Amino acid sequence: MITLSHFIVLGAVLFCIAVASLFINRKNVIVLLMSIELMLLAVNINFVAFSRFLGDVAGQVFVFFILTVAAAETAIGLAILVLLFRNRSTINIAEIDSMKG
Amino acid sequence: MPNINDILIMLPELYLVVAACLLLLLDAFMKPEQRGVLHWLSVAVLLVGIYLVVAGQPPQPVVAFGGMFVRDGVAEILKVFALLCTALVFIYARPYLIDRKLFIGEFYTLTIFAVIGIMLLVSAGSLVTVYLGLELLTLSSYALVALNRDSPLSSEAAIKYFVLGALASGMLLYGMSMVYGATATLDLASLHTAAAHTGMPNLLLFGLIFMIVGIGFKLGAAPFHMWIPDVYQGSPTAVTIFIGSAPKLAAFGMAYRLLESGLGDLSQHWQQMLAVLAVLSLAIGNLVAIVQTNLKRLLAYSTISHMGYLLLGLVNAGPEGYASALFYAISYALMGTAAFGVILALARAGFECEEIDDLKGLNQRSPWMAFLMMLVMFSLAGVPPLFGFFAKLLVLQAAIHAGMLWLAIVGAVFAIIGLYYYLRVVKVMYFDQPNEGAELKMQQDPSVRVVLSLNALSLLVLGFAWGPLLGWCRSVFPG
Repeated sequence: MITLSHFIVLGAVLFCIAVASLFINRKNVIVLLMSIELMLLAVNINFVAFSRFLGDVAGQVFVFFILTVAAAETAIGLAILVLLFRNRSTINIAEIDSMKG
Repeated sequence: MPNINDILIMLPELYLVVAACLLLLLDAFMKPEQRGVLHWLSVAVLLVGIYLVVAGQPPQPVVAFGGMFVRDGVAEILKVFALLCTALVFIYARPYLIDRKLFIGEFYTLTIFAVIGIMLLVSAGSLVTVYLGLELLTLSSYALVALNRDSPLSSEAAIKYFVLGALASGMLLYGMSMVYGATATLDLASLHTAAAHTGMPNLLLFGLIFMIVGIGFKLGAAPFHMWIPDVYQGSPTAVTIFIGSAPKLAAFGMAYRLLESGLGDLSQHWQQMLAVLAVLSLAIGNLVAIVQTNLKRLLAYSTISHMGYLLLGLVNAGPEGYASALFYAISYALMGTAAFGVILALARAGFECEEIDDLKGLNQRSPWMAFLMMLVMFSLAGVPPLFGFFAKLLVLQAAIHAGMLWLAIVGAVFAIIGLYYYLRVVKVMYFDQPNEGAELKMQQDPSVRVVLSLNALSLLVLGFAWGPLLGWCRSVFPG
C-alpha cells in the first residue's frame, strides 16, 4: 500500500538532491538550471500528493501555475546563460567570480 | 464567478497591464529619437496608477476573485509608495540610460511589469497569488539586471541573481507545500484559522521554516544575503536604483501577508527566527560595509543592515511592530532612491561614479550635490533630525515593547558602528582634495535636478513632519 508519507519522502529526496547539486556542482551553469527544475518538480509532487490525500483540488491547480512559471523561469535562465557565454566565453561556475568582497 | 465588481477592485493592476502592453507596442512603432515621449508617458502611467489606487480605495478591506486578491489599507500604502519610487527611478535613470545607449523601451515595460508584480504580491490573498506576484517581480528583475547586454559584469550579476532567486522561490514553494499539507487550504484567511487547529503541527512548523528562508532571501537578510552585493554592483545603476527601492516594500508586504495574514498564529515561533535573521543582518551588513571601496557595494551592505532593522519591527508581531516596519520600509525606499539618484546624477558617459574615491572633493565642484548626498547619508545612518532617525527609533521601540530589549540594544550598537562608513562618504566629499582631472558636475537635466533635490529634501522635511505618515501607517493595522 502506497501512503502519503511515501510521496512526501520522494518529494523530500528529490528536493535534497536538487539543493545538494546546486551547492556541490562547480562546473556547469546548465546543471544548475536542471537542479532548479528538479527542485520545482519535487514541490509539485508534494502538492499533488497532498491534494489527492486531502481531497482538495486547489493544490493541483497550484501545480499548473508552478509548471507555467517554471517554463518562463527556464527561458529567462537560458537567455542569461547565452548572454554570459557571449560575454565571457565560459559557463564554468568557478570562473564566474569577478566580483568579490 | 468573477463579476464586474472583482474587476473594479483590481482596476489599478489591470490598468497597468494594459498600459504596459500599449507602451511596448508604441515602442515598436516609434523612431529611436522619439523615445523621450515614451519616457514621459511611462512616468504619467505610474502617476495615474497612484491616482487609481488612492481614488478607488474602499473604506473597508474587500476581497476579489474568491479571496485571491485583497484590497486593504496595507496594500494601498505599499502600492502608492512603490509606484512613486518607480516614477522617481524613471526620472533619475533617463540621462544615464541615454549616455550608455540603453535608452530602450524594454527598460520601461520590464520595470512596469515588475511593479505590477509588486502590487499583486502586496495584495495577495492566497499562496498562489503570493507566488505569482513574486515571480512576476523577480523574472522582470532578472531581465533588467542583464539589460546591459555587452557588460560581462552585468551578465555575471544576472546569473547569480537568477540561480539564488530560483533557489529562494524553490524553498518558499516547498514551505508552501508543507503548509498546504498541514492545513488543506491555500487561502491566507482560511489558513489563519486552520493553522490554529491543525492535526499536524510539526509539518506546519517545517513549512514555516522553509517559508522564512524564502522570505529572508527576498528581503536580502543575512545569512541569505549573498546575492545582494553582486547584483547591486554588477547591474547598471539605473537598474540598481530600482532593485534597491520598490522591491523592499514588496518584501515587507510579502512577509506581512505570509507571516501575519497567513501564519499569525505561529508568531511565537517565527518571532525567534526573525530575531536571529535580524541580528545576523545587522552584524554582517554593518561590519562588511566598513571595508568596501565600491559605493554601490557599500550601499548593498547598508541595505542588508537596513533589512535587519525592518525585521526588528516585524519581530514585534503586533500592530505597533507592523506599523513601524512599514514606516521603515517606506523610509528606506525613499532614501535608497535618493542615494542611487545622486550616483546616477554624477555619472556620465564613460564615468560610472561607482567608487567612493570618485566623490573626492565633491563639495568644491558641486556643493548642492554634496549637500544632498550628505543629507541622504545622515538619514541612512539615522542621525537626528532626519527621516531615517525616526524610522530607526520606532523599530527599536517596537522591539523593546515586544520584550526583546537585548535586540534593541544590538540594533542601537550597530547603528553607531554603521555611522562610521556613512560618515566616511561625507568626509571624502567635504574634506578630501579632488582627483586630478576628475570633473564632477551635477546632471544638466533640469527634471533630474529638481526631482532629486525634492527627494533628498523630503528626508529632512519628513524628519520634522513624520506624524501624518506614521499616522497613516498606524491606521492600516487594526489593533
